[in-house]
Amino acid sequence: MDETVVVEPIAIDPLVTLGEHVAASLGDAVLGFDVAYDDLTVTVARDSIVNVATFLRDDPKCRFISFVDVCGADYPAREFRFDVVYHFLSPHLNQRIRVKLEADDATPVPSICGVYSGANWFERETYDLYGVLFSGHPDLRRILTDYGFDGHPLRKDFPLTGFVEVRYDEERKRVVYEPVTLAQEFRSFDYLSPWEGTDYVLPGDEKAKN
Amino acid sequence: MSEVDVRNFTLNFGPVHPSAHGVLRMILELDGEVVERVDPHVGLLHRGTEKLIEYKTYLQAVPYFDRLDYVAPMNQEHAFALAVERMLDIEVPRRGQLIRVLYAEIGRLLAHLMNVTTQAMDIGALTPPLWGFEQREKLMVFYERASGARMHAAYFRPGGVHQDLPQALIDDIGVFCDEFPKALKDIDTLLTANRIFKQRNVDIGVVPLEEAWGRGFSGVMVRASGAAWDLRKAQPYDAYAEMEFDVPVGSNGDCYDRYLIRMEEMRQANEIMRQCVQKLNAPDGKGPVASTDGKVVPPKRGEMKQSMEALIHHFKLYTEGYKVPAGEIYAAVEAPKGEFGVYLVSDGTNKPYRCHIRAPGFAHLSAMDYLCRKHMLADVTAILGSIDIVFGEVDR
Repeated sequence: MDETVVVEPIAIDPLVTLGEHVAASLGDAVLGFDVAYDDLTVTVARDSIVNVATFLRDDPKCRFISFVDVCGADYPAREFRFDVVYHFLSPHLNQRIRVKLEADDATPVPSICGVYSGANWFERETYDLYGVLFSGHPDLRRILTDYGFDGHPLRKDFPLTGFVEVRYDEERKRVVYEPVTLAQEFRSFDYLSPWEGTDYVLPGDEKAKN
Repeated sequence: MSEVDVRNFTLNFGPVHPSAHGVLRMILELDGEVVERVDPHVGLLHRGTEKLIEYKTYLQAVPYFDRLDYVAPMNQEHAFALAVERMLDIEVPRRGQLIRVLYAEIGRLLAHLMNVTTQAMDIGALTPPLWGFEQREKLMVFYERASGARMHAAYFRPGGVHQDLPQALIDDIGVFCDEFPKALKDIDTLLTANRIFKQRNVDIGVVPLEEAWGRGFSGVMVRASGAAWDLRKAQPYDAYAEMEFDVPVGSNGDCYDRYLIRMEEMRQANEIMRQCVQKLNAPDGKGPVASTDGKVVPPKRGEMKQSMEALIHHFKLYTEGYKVPAGEIYAAVEAPKGEFGVYLVSDGTNKPYRCHIRAPGFAHLSAMDYLCRKHMLADVTAILGSIDIVFGEVDR
């Protein structure tokens, strides 16, 4: 058996090298890194994001000078339910990096507007859609939703239909806001195969138990 | 004489101003005719695309991407298709890749024709849009002949493209590639050396390169500032690695450089299209247009009449859809307006857990305040035109 084992040359992924460099240089700020689907993801501590971003931008081995993106993601089951996800690009290395941190709706995340001025609107968007607060942001207003909007629509507990709908009222001569009324019940089809371990009771199955 | 109380004048630009290129409301603070501050209010076209995608299967999410940058719909689908393909680890056959590159470049022509000519209209030239839209119309017919829809094509699907191109269509695109340079030359003659056009664009809205990177600029916006950066060259996807084309780079980072780069990119796009047509006609350009993995790409109708397995695949793919392995990915393409990225989080089910859309226009528009400060009021429309904004993608 032993002679059939082919020893593959150990390929050193430049992303792993980069991740190790970032983790070694930033010390405690980096909680871990991971390379999956050819993307490097670095998880950092919430309060260190400004240092991390400054390092990534200025370090001669990184030079992630191009700001790409900030967005949120919601995982309601977790203690800190939101991920804030940053993407940067290094045109010199021709590499991308993803930086993630966890947040909730009460503890603010330091804003990186001072490092990348392009982050301004992206942080506003994350605040608007998820309710993540950014400290030190010059102008943290809602951006995509309506004036006077209530709630944070991309949270998983926000219904797809929303809570209010608008129409122009002919009598009052203005646009009015009303609670959503659905002409038929909201249909959410679950097409996941029932043979592959669903965790819900199929309609009718509850009778079979009795 | 007593001192006069002078205060700045606040002007509400939009939301339905013809030069706002859609629904943009900008609060302009003016000192005389000089712009002191710009506060763009976006979101008037916000449709909750990202939320809707979380409730749809991967295939059902494709048409939402057409409606982002509706000037070049297929380029957006491209980013999503690449993201899903990378997660599923499937390979697109060569003919599928060539068709995608061909249509991505048609999209680039569509977008640049629209932008260059309407920007000229914003600053007073009426003829360019009339001439440019004539060409756009031909390109949209190519869209229609490939997908059945002039704009909202839903043609690039994860795994390839929806259907093969008829030979007559490929031939007609070849003819178009021969005729288009003349039409472009006409527009070029109208604008490039035009004194008024230059007076309105040269040295307006200058962005130094360092600032452009930090502000999240991409595409034409960084190339005009002097970076030879193009994702089609730097991180080639699909068949771009085998295409020969040049990346035009500016030096001044002003509106005029951005115009010149768009014009040159149209010439290059035309050359790429010509290469695609040649490669599609070559013997090794024949073959399937989508992955033959029946678990991802639905079978053709004819196959379903013969094969039970195809019928089952069809049923399963159009109800349950396919499951994408858990994980997260960021895939970007060089869309006409810049780097269009899709950040996709999958939880292993048939629907995306999170699909963030990184629109180039959003980053560009956020710099309006920086770009317009201390410019004249009339320059605001010139700058807005030159950063190439489409509200479908800004507001999502």
